[in-house]
Amino acid sequence: MASFPILSALLALPMLGALACLLANAQAARWIALLTTLGVFVLSIGIWATFQIGGPQWQFTEFQSIFGDKLNWALGIDGIALMLIVLTAFLMPICILASWRSIEKRVPEFMACFLFMETLMIGVFAAQDLYLFYIFFEAGLIPMYLIIGIWGGANRIYAAYKFFLYTLLGSVLMLIAMIWMVNHAGTTSIPALMETDFPAGAQNWLWLAFFASFAVKMPMWPVHTWLPDAHVQAPTAGSVILAGVLLKMGGYGFIRFSLPMFPEASSALIWIVFGLSMVAVVYTSLVALVQQDMKKLIAYSSVAHMAFVTIGLFAFNRQGIEGGLIVMLAHGLVSGALFLCVGVVYDRMHTREIDQYGGLSNNMPKYALFFMFFTMASVGLPGAANFVGEFLALVGAYQANSWVAAVATSGVILGAAYMLYLYWRMAYGTARTAEAAAMKDMDKREFLLLAPLAAATLWMGVYPESFMAPMRGDVEILLERINRAAPQGDAHLTAGRPAPAAAAHGEGHRAAPAAAAPEGAHH
Amino acid sequence: MQQDFIYILPEGILTIGGLLLMLVAAWGGDKAGRTITWLGVALLIGAGAAVPGLRDAGGMAFGGLFAADSYAAFAKLVIYAGAAIAMLMALSWFGRDRDYRAEYPVLILFSAVGMGMMVSAADLLTLYVGLELTSLSSYVLASFQRTDTRSAEAGLKYFVLGALASGILLYGISLLYGFTGTTLFGEIAAKLGDGISTGELFGIVFVLAGLAFKISAVPFHMWTPDVYEGAPTPVTAFFASAPKVAAMALLVRVTVEAMGPATFQWRQIVIFAALASIVLGGVAAIGQRSIKRLLAYSSINNVGFALVGVAASGVAGVSAVLTYMAVYLVMTLGTFLVVLRMRDAEERPVETIASLAGLSQTRPMLAFAMAIFMFSLAGIPGLFGFWPKFLVFDAAVQANLTWLAVVAIAGSVISAFYYLMIVKKMYFDAPAPAYAPTKEPVGSALLFISALIVSPLGYLLIKPLGQAATTAARALF
Repeated sequence: MASFPILSALLALPMLGALACLLANAQAARWIALLTTLGVFVLSIGIWATFQIGGPQWQFTEFQSIFGDKLNWALGIDGIALMLIVLTAFLMPICILASWRSIEKRVPEFMACFLFMETLMIGVFAAQDLYLFYIFFEAGLIPMYLIIGIWGGANRIYAAYKFFLYTLLGSVLMLIAMIWMVNHAGTTSIPALMETDFPAGAQNWLWLAFFASFAVKMPMWPVHTWLPDAHVQAPTAGSVILAGVLLKMGGYGFIRFSLPMFPEASSALIWIVFGLSMVAVVYTSLVALVQQDMKKLIAYSSVAHMAFVTIGLFAFNRQGIEGGLIVMLAHGLVSGALFLCVGVVYDRMHTREIDQYGGLSNNMPKYALFFMFFTMASVGLPGAANFVGEFLALVGAYQANSWVAAVATSGVILGAAYMLYLYWRMAYGTARTAEAAAMKDMDKREFLLLAPLAAATLWMGVYPESFMAPMRGDVEILLERINRAAPQGDAHLTAGRPAPAAAAHGEGHRAAPAAAAPEGAHH
Repeated sequence: MQQDFIYILPEGILTIGGLLLMLVAAWGGDKAGRTITWLGVALLIGAGAAVPGLRDAGGMAFGGLFAADSYAAFAKLVIYAGAAIAMLMALSWFGRDRDYRAEYPVLILFSAVGMGMMVSAADLLTLYVGLELTSLSSYVLASFQRTDTRSAEAGLKYFVLGALASGILLYGISLLYGFTGTTLFGEIAAKLGDGISTGELFGIVFVLAGLAFKISAVPFHMWTPDVYEGAPTPVTAFFASAPKVAAMALLVRVTVEAMGPATFQWRQIVIFAALASIVLGGVAAIGQRSIKRLLAYSSINNVGFALVGVAASGVAGVSAVLTYMAVYLVMTLGTFLVVLRMRDAEERPVETIASLAGLSQTRPMLAFAMAIFMFSLAGIPGLFGFWPKFLVFDAAVQANLTWLAVVAIAGSVISAFYYLMIVKKMYFDAPAPAYAPTKEPVGSALLFISALIVSPLGYLLIKPLGQAATTAARALF
């Protein structure tokens, strides 16, 4: 198994599928795409099953120097990359199925774009060479530009340009920073660079260059404005992949590059991350509250959720980082599912205006149930995936900075407000238009789309250990690396000193308040 | 002496072959045009095979006037390939209007001789002779469609401005000769090594200005859009490819071999030209309606990026420039092969960008190829056009010019806008009237090969191309 280049196979399969799609007719292209993505999913499950938890940090490594000395075909994954690859492979067949009927024109090209996109996304997470990572990271702009521009809504061209140029401008500076790093360290290997100590003076500049790229991709306030446009105009499957995977590249970048490579700079510039995230949580939640367009509302909620990720990742402690990672995975499932929910009604009514709907729980009970479930998951109801991540991220944030934690927690409340308000307007009351009242409930295909997502969301909410286990070791390694630079938190948590059991029993109630007092006290 | 003639064998083959073909053209008339073209291609291949400096290090000929080293060898192979493709492109294009004349391949051959001399020049006068030989052929080529006023205008403009640039260059050469007492690159460098006088500085500035005209770097770029638009399309493709490579290679040799000790002085000029070209080439292209004008600005823009590598200098910089020009040649010729196929239903050439609308639906393969070239010219990773840009920036960072790399790469986002605009036209817009179908097996094959090189498969070329470029660059140091 070790000798079989399974990651290369994972990259090659969708690529070949894309070429096959281009040569096929519409119906054949759909089937090719579905079977290819299912094949990739099976492969990725195989990787997950054979991944040794607690084994070496980098597994399934491959190395070929077919491109000369500046660029290597170096692949390999750790637990974090593994989970993101599985997420990608899981969402892709759902995307293909979601576009089964709603995409009618130029189907072969659409499927080819999606499969090409899948190769690039997996490549981003699997690349172990700095420049190879950059190539995969940036090349994703091309298929996404085409997906938004060709199959998008009315204002698609503006959105496609904005998406492309925003993210390109963010990323080019990162390339220069990468070149500088490689010339300084003399290697392009990401694992080696993760252990390189760059001079403190240069770290800040390098950190900022990487930040420019990842903050746009994430997206963080105030460079998030491309996201609502892109989401609104993209076809449903495009939105799912955008929210589910592309946004995760920013978070992945922070945890793979910014934190381990520039720990001092991450610590020194933490105020930028926290400041922007705090604004994002509150501001974008308020903006989401007043949206009339369903997709825009969910897009803004994505920005708010991503702010939890950044807060968690930069908390410099285990809870925060693990929480950030779980939010990334959970948001991939839940926001993807929410976009699919929007897609279900959009396919029937061809409008995203919330005012056109209403009372869907009457005529679409199954749909209303699913929509309710994902709404609650997005709000952060315990039992669903988001809760685990957001709770951990907030716990971590509290240790780092109680103000940040306080402001971020208000985002949870605001999140409940805009999501429940959305659900109320959509599902309850009476239908505002005759068309909305006449809509049929979900068919089998749509059920097939949402059911696996619901199951996965529930699984992650009830037993997150399955997803945490592969990543735990990597978080440990990361913490060891960045602990030296961890900023001093303002919470000063101390462990409680409970009175000995015998004494407590004997002296009864008098000792109990005294023992409890130091627990969680602020100094 | 015998060794000298071995060193100039490619130029010899092309000169004698070109003269013979001219006789064939004189007696055979325009009917022989097709045969002459194929013979011309064969001559270029033969000359390419005879290039010295490929397997060995080569050497200097005629007492140091002519350098037949690995550097010249690399540039010559790229130039000959570009010239051969430009010849083949013209076959079907001119043939349709029945104004194809047998002189066309002959003129390109003479131009190729001149370009070979340019990249081999180790003396200011060899440089001048080579440059003028190329330019004179180019002036005639630009006005090749005598019945078309635009073509005549292009030729005249090119001639007048080119003559001005030659004058500036010659003035610079005379200043350098006057203040250093020599025209040999090596000896000029030795004289510049002991301090740079004002006269020498002026000489450097004028020489660089003259050369900047030939590579159409800002602020000496004004002729480019007009000439590119007016000249017949295959000629435009030729102008955008091989002569650019030759002039750039020449500029690199002059800056390294003759002006090495004055690096601080010329670097400022090159950096200014680079940034100005990147920005102007990006901004001015946005409003263009004609695809040929747009490509003219695109070439200005690309020259700017190559100049970043020139400014970086050193082995890394020089090999980056060589790689850049080689890949640029493929991308440009590929793009022009698509432009050549833009004809309306009556087979008349169309040049408006608007006519590209919806090409992905009327001619999916052609649109796909064009999209590859556009994304590649924009330098989007995944396509091969990214690699030379990356090398240039890498060289700049290694030369401690990180700020230059930062500004230049930010400028590349500007130019990405108009390349995207072409893709948008082809893929997002409703179809315009379809182009006439084409049956050009040679053109299709060339288009396929160039698209393949520019596609991600091109990354497999990184290793051989990089080795060849590095060997070539080492010859200068």
